[in-house]
Amino acid sequence: MDLDRFTRQSETEWRVAPFGKMRVPAVIYATEDLIRDMDDKVFEQITNVAMLRGIQKAAFAMPDAHWGYGFPIGGVAAFDPDEGGVISAGGVGFDISCGMRSLHTGLTPDAIERHKSELADALYRSVPAGLGSTGKIHLDPLEMDAMLEGGARWAIERGYGRAEDLERIEEGGRMAGAEPGNVSDKAKKRQRKEMGTLGSGNHYLEVQRVTRILDQTSAAGFGLHEGDTLITIHCGSRGLGHQIGTEFLKKMAIAAAESGIELPDRELACAPINSPIGVLYLGAMRAAINCALANRQIITHLVRAAFARIFPDARLDLLYDVSHNTCKLEEHWLDGARKKLFVHRKGATRAFGPGHPELPESLRPIGQPVLIGGSMGTASYVLVGTSEGMGLAFGSACHGAGRRMSRHKAYKTWMGRQVIDELAQRGILIRSPSSRGVAEEAPGAYKEVSGVVDATDEAGLARKVARLEPVICIKG
Amino acid sequence: MKVMRAAHWEHFPHDADVGVRGIGPTKEAAFEQAALALTAAMTELSAVAPATAIEVRCSAPDDELLLVDWLNAIIYEMATRNMLFSRYQVTIADGELRATIWGEAVDVERHAPAVEAKGATLTGLEVDRRSQGGWCAQCVVDV
Repeated sequence: MDLDRFTRQSETEWRVAPFGKMRVPAVIYATEDLIRDMDDKVFEQITNVAMLRGIQKAAFAMPDAHWGYGFPIGGVAAFDPDEGGVISAGGVGFDISCGMRSLHTGLTPDAIERHKSELADALYRSVPAGLGSTGKIHLDPLEMDAMLEGGARWAIERGYGRAEDLERIEEGGRMAGAEPGNVSDKAKKRQRKEMGTLGSGNHYLEVQRVTRILDQTSAAGFGLHEGDTLITIHCGSRGLGHQIGTEFLKKMAIAAAESGIELPDRELACAPINSPIGVLYLGAMRAAINCALANRQIITHLVRAAFARIFPDARLDLLYDVSHNTCKLEEHWLDGARKKLFVHRKGATRAFGPGHPELPESLRPIGQPVLIGGSMGTASYVLVGTSEGMGLAFGSACHGAGRRMSRHKAYKTWMGRQVIDELAQRGILIRSPSSRGVAEEAPGAYKEVSGVVDATDEAGLARKVARLEPVICIKG
Repeated sequence: MKVMRAAHWEHFPHDADVGVRGIGPTKEAAFEQAALALTAAMTELSAVAPATAIEVRCSAPDDELLLVDWLNAIIYEMATRNMLFSRYQVTIADGELRATIWGEAVDVERHAPAVEAKGATLTGLEVDRRSQGGWCAQCVVDV
């Protein structure tokens, strides 16, 4: 991207003053190297978002921003419903509430190494992954609605997990305001056999080792030590979320045209929050958030069961569960006043700082854990939300590495088997139903996550706490 | 006089996902080819036997939204029937699309699907006549 299009505010903040129909500035947080590598589409999309009605402060892009659907992936934008603010299906994404959940194992590297292959096979057998895989839990209509209303709480009431898991999940495991009645029969049908499944693409289940502590105090507060082993689950609301995204993208595109909302780009399809479609979407999207929380809870249960057969004493307590595709009603300080805003985070992680009332008591003095996934075979990071970050992009940070190469090119560049063998030589076991899927997700197809995380830290959006490296990776 | 290539499909790059493009002498043919590109983003087309036929219908106020609807209708059938499709026959009249699609149940060993399609997007969305005749239908699919 051409740097001349920005005013550089600091080493990591790049600003575009409003021009044309932009209502607020656009701000990208990134190092010079990252911003040079970004697609021009990010500039186009983030300045388009800045034109939407009711937007507050600025349209933000995180250091891992790339070309998305209307909104860039890595985009953050907050809207005030009282100023005609909008909600956008593309600003949340198809995989509603896609997110990360990390669990402590309490196991030493030696213990894992002794059983690594057995553990990889057990996890692969226990957690359905990839297209065509179905879960063992099939929901009838009543249970489907109860799940959409109750999220992870519903799952725990049905025996998939422990009550204490809830305090380490955003929203206490249940998104309030979900309206299962706003979710179409088609979306529910798509989900009927998909509870407790990982999905495919960039979704994964990893066993990871803490290789470096970068902030001793926060790490101690999170219970992280060098050499610890964690499990991280990356997945979302499965077919139900995809179908809701699909249906509302079309509905919003048609409604915007009919009601004369001028959109800079059709894919920015959105509706006023206080409009019939806005309200319908909000209820359906919140139900999909509960679906994602329930899904990650069931997968946690499956992982615990697989671990228990090999390590009967491992408890697998939650570190945290955080989503990176959402729109949530939050209170933020803006020009000296407290405002209730609808904050879209598309491929961006909530990163609340210390003292935030949404955090459980055990985390409140420290700040919110921010879980950042790398690519298969490279590092992941745990960060912590900062007070400074609350005043930057509404308490938001990056979400991952971002692709460097298209799937098509990756498939032409690598053989799945070769990727698996090379990673095995480095001590990383891969289990996947698709060799082509592994090739498309090869580590070389992704940007280096460390650069993204360093920029996030330097910008003050969140602070680095620990670096993790993969030991086992189950890919869909 | 330029002779247009026979109907064909291709993928075009997108940062995170995949673009599907169908090209053909008619709008219907372009839609059929775009659907083949969708299947090819997931698995080898030649590995999917056109064994079972399913009827699909959809409608939209314009050609572009109709393409998105069409691809999403296929994604829905794939997801709920646990099938992959390798042959498509489309007719379009007055904004309504009717199609027969042929495929078979997913066989993870044989098809080894690389990704599952989540939904067709409005990104890179175009349905138009090409200057040398024929039609092009394309959009990005979230995988």
